[in-house]
Amino acid sequence: MYWRYLTRAARRCSVHTTSSRTVGWWDHVAPAAKDPINGVTEAFLADPSPFKINLGVGAYRDDKGRPVVLQCVREAEAKIAGSEFLESISASVSTKMVEESVKLVYGKDSDVVKEGRSAGVQALSGTGACRLFAEFQRRFHPESHIYFPDPTWSNHHNIWRDAQIPERTYHYYDPDSKSLDFAALMDDIKNAPDSSFFLFHPSAHNPTGVDPTEEQWREISYQFKVKGHFPFFDMAYQGFASGDLDKDAQAIRIFLEDEHLIGCAQSYAKSMGLYGHRVGCLSILCVDSKQAAAIRSQIQQIARAMYGSPPVHGILLVETILSDPNLKSLWIDEVKIMADRIQRKRTTLRQNLEKLGSSLNWEHITNQLGMFCFSGLTPYQVDRLAKEFHIYMTQDGRISMAGVTTGNVNYLANAIHEVTRSEQETAKILCSISV
Amino acid sequence: MASTMLSIASATPSASLSMHEKLKGKVKLGSTTNSTAGFIKTKSFGRVSMVAAVNVSRFEGVTMAPPDPILGVSEAFKADTDEKKLNLGVGAYRTEELQPYVLDVVKKAENLMLERGENKEYLPIEGLAAFNKVTAELLFGADNSVLKEQRVATVQGLSGTGSLRLAAALIERYFPGAKVLISSPTWGNHKNIFNDARVPWSEYRYYDPKTVGLDFEGMIADIKAAPGGSFILLHGCAHNPTGIDPTPEQWEKIADVIQEKNHIPFFDVAYQGFASGSLDNDASSVRLFATRGMELLVAQSYSKNLGLYAERIGAMNVVCSSSDLAARCCEVAVIQVKSQLKRLARPMYSNPPVHGARIVANVVGNPALFDEWKAEMEMMAGRIKNVRQKLFDSLSAKDKSGKDWSFILRQIGMFSFTGLNKAQSDNMTNKWHVYMTKDGRISLAGLSLAKCEYLADAIIDSYHNVS
Repeated sequence: MYWRYLTRAARRCSVHTTSSRTVGWWDHVAPAAKDPINGVTEAFLADPSPFKINLGVGAYRDDKGRPVVLQCVREAEAKIAGSEFLESISASVSTKMVEESVKLVYGKDSDVVKEGRSAGVQALSGTGACRLFAEFQRRFHPESHIYFPDPTWSNHHNIWRDAQIPERTYHYYDPDSKSLDFAALMDDIKNAPDSSFFLFHPSAHNPTGVDPTEEQWREISYQFKVKGHFPFFDMAYQGFASGDLDKDAQAIRIFLEDEHLIGCAQSYAKSMGLYGHRVGCLSILCVDSKQAAAIRSQIQQIARAMYGSPPVHGILLVETILSDPNLKSLWIDEVKIMADRIQRKRTTLRQNLEKLGSSLNWEHITNQLGMFCFSGLTPYQVDRLAKEFHIYMTQDGRISMAGVTTGNVNYLANAIHEVTRSEQETAKILCSISV
Repeated sequence: MASTMLSIASATPSASLSMHEKLKGKVKLGSTTNSTAGFIKTKSFGRVSMVAAVNVSRFEGVTMAPPDPILGVSEAFKADTDEKKLNLGVGAYRTEELQPYVLDVVKKAENLMLERGENKEYLPIEGLAAFNKVTAELLFGADNSVLKEQRVATVQGLSGTGSLRLAAALIERYFPGAKVLISSPTWGNHKNIFNDARVPWSEYRYYDPKTVGLDFEGMIADIKAAPGGSFILLHGCAHNPTGIDPTPEQWEKIADVIQEKNHIPFFDVAYQGFASGSLDNDASSVRLFATRGMELLVAQSYSKNLGLYAERIGAMNVVCSSSDLAARCCEVAVIQVKSQLKRLARPMYSNPPVHGARIVANVVGNPALFDEWKAEMEMMAGRIKNVRQKLFDSLSAKDKSGKDWSFILRQIGMFSFTGLNKAQSDNMTNKWHVYMTKDGRISLAGLSLAKCEYLADAIIDSYHNVS
């Protein structure tokens, strides 16, 4: 039947067309490389094994491996149900949400908050906040670069690239010690041209879980004053590193004490479990409220040509929770519960590996903070874990600890022990040689 | 003192750390090369007096962006205290009582969702599968061959704007140098989207002020004159801002010239259901092109027809075609196009928002709710048609000049292009407290039957007494 239409159309066209289109417009569009993180979840979903474990994407799971909707969120949902507002979000709710967000990250008593010196705009979670900033950076500093820690969240590379800002990296993770390569990091900061743009993870670094200490942050902040660098913080896990929202913002508070005018992306995806609602905030600190208004207007203009305005539902949930002292208090408790569960699993996993007699050093499992553990597993070992044990993680060996449960931690420890046997053999041999 | 301070600045990290700890925080910068050092503030920390340079902002030169011409109207309206004021600016539906309207089906869908207590996990980058399925069916018709043959790549987007931006990014990447042709006039944000996506654009003639109708000859000529392989942006129905749509015969001719020039039709469907009141009828232009085996881009929005403005729910559809369907190259093309749209979305927002998608999936995917929606759609479109009629009647009765106001009845959808110029539009606002955009567009969705006579007076005064 369709062929008849097609030949009819072809006959109609044949008189007029200059070329016969046996190939379509889109044939030269090659398939994009799979996103490394989403690709893991896809592989996991396709696996029929009952033992499978998804340690890919950083979304919190309870001890039964189930997604969680926080109680404070459920109560907020009930509270806002039936609100009549569907138009481009009422200005007051929108402003309130931003106000509460900046208080959360900068501290409610900070000067920047009291003086209204933050240009804050809702954004599509952390990704959206980073993208708005990258576009803003491109617009007003078109010649600039962005310095990323090595490694960083994979999507950071995509975001700044699509905003047409070339990237550079600074030393961060030391694979030998599985901790921070602080000396090299400081060298890179000093050697970068003055007034460079740097991206930091203020806590719970993704993917390594390795964070600078308080003293190290102070060093970095000082050097930033010397070099006049611009610090941009991607705060995706406030509350998940230590369980304490203020403690996890310490790096930012240090920079504020030193009076840096920072930029900050915030996400409510993990800390409020609002993953699918895409709610976050971008703020840029300014010298005064007038400049803040100007910057805000520019960022809003960028947003309008990208998606118009942000989706209201998530914003309402955040605003409801943060403005209600009871709900906010409940939320703070729930964040601590999530962070604590992850901490306990870190401890259990490490203990299990040590009990199994692994000769490798697994200290980093408990040293690292937040949702992720940079296990040190090689791509080959990661593949074996997937194929032989149905355990899925990203190729860089990053484990989302949120996917580890009481029910699967033994299985996981055994599997890791298995695939690292040859490494353990090598370690034993090396030890015996050195003795 | 200065030299000691300088030596701190150049010391090794470990050395400066211990000094740093002693000084507890702030160090004088001295004569470093910090070019961004601004004014100096002095602070006391107990025994030692510190000096810290306050950063001058890197973004000092950033000026205030101009207000959005459409949203700016609403802001000005809010600030007006006159009780006669009327907001005919943004295209958001209002009831006869001029209140925002939350559709009953939306309330029901949200209640269902609340009862189910679904989780809030990330959607896949391409969006909610159930939503993508129903949105494509709504647009093309469930029985359409493009769907049966799986020739459509559908990706959830952030309303019409977000979907258009995804398409613009796709064009920029895969058709470098290709131009988009937009109607003159068109929705103000189209230009911003293509500018920010770095896609060049030019205009084709559309609105004829002499007839207050379509300049069809001009439109066809300009589309013909465009370099082959251009993207032609078409409003599927209820053209914004003019309300002037091509007739079915004219659509056929537009399709002819697009095929002749190997252009790609790019539909912006923001008002499906609002033009005629029938969801199917309003999709007929898109379906005509699809039936002709053409490849197309179609952006959809549920902001107006489901009143989901603030939820940001829409979709981008790419229809692939080939004269050799048996080769199944379309199915491959669809997968590849979808993967590239995802690749563009990931660094913009990672994955789209879930709430609006679930509402649409629940309404459109549930036969009972879908029928209810159709009825509400007819009611909303019907109210606007009644308002058009009343406005026309009022104008005809009050205007003694003999001017023909019947274009108001011929225009379709939420808007009417009154033909008023900027000065006249300003008069509408300044004298009559009627808020509209400076291009003479009024949103009939914001007009009640009760206010038609007042509006008629305002229009007649502005048209005849102001130039």
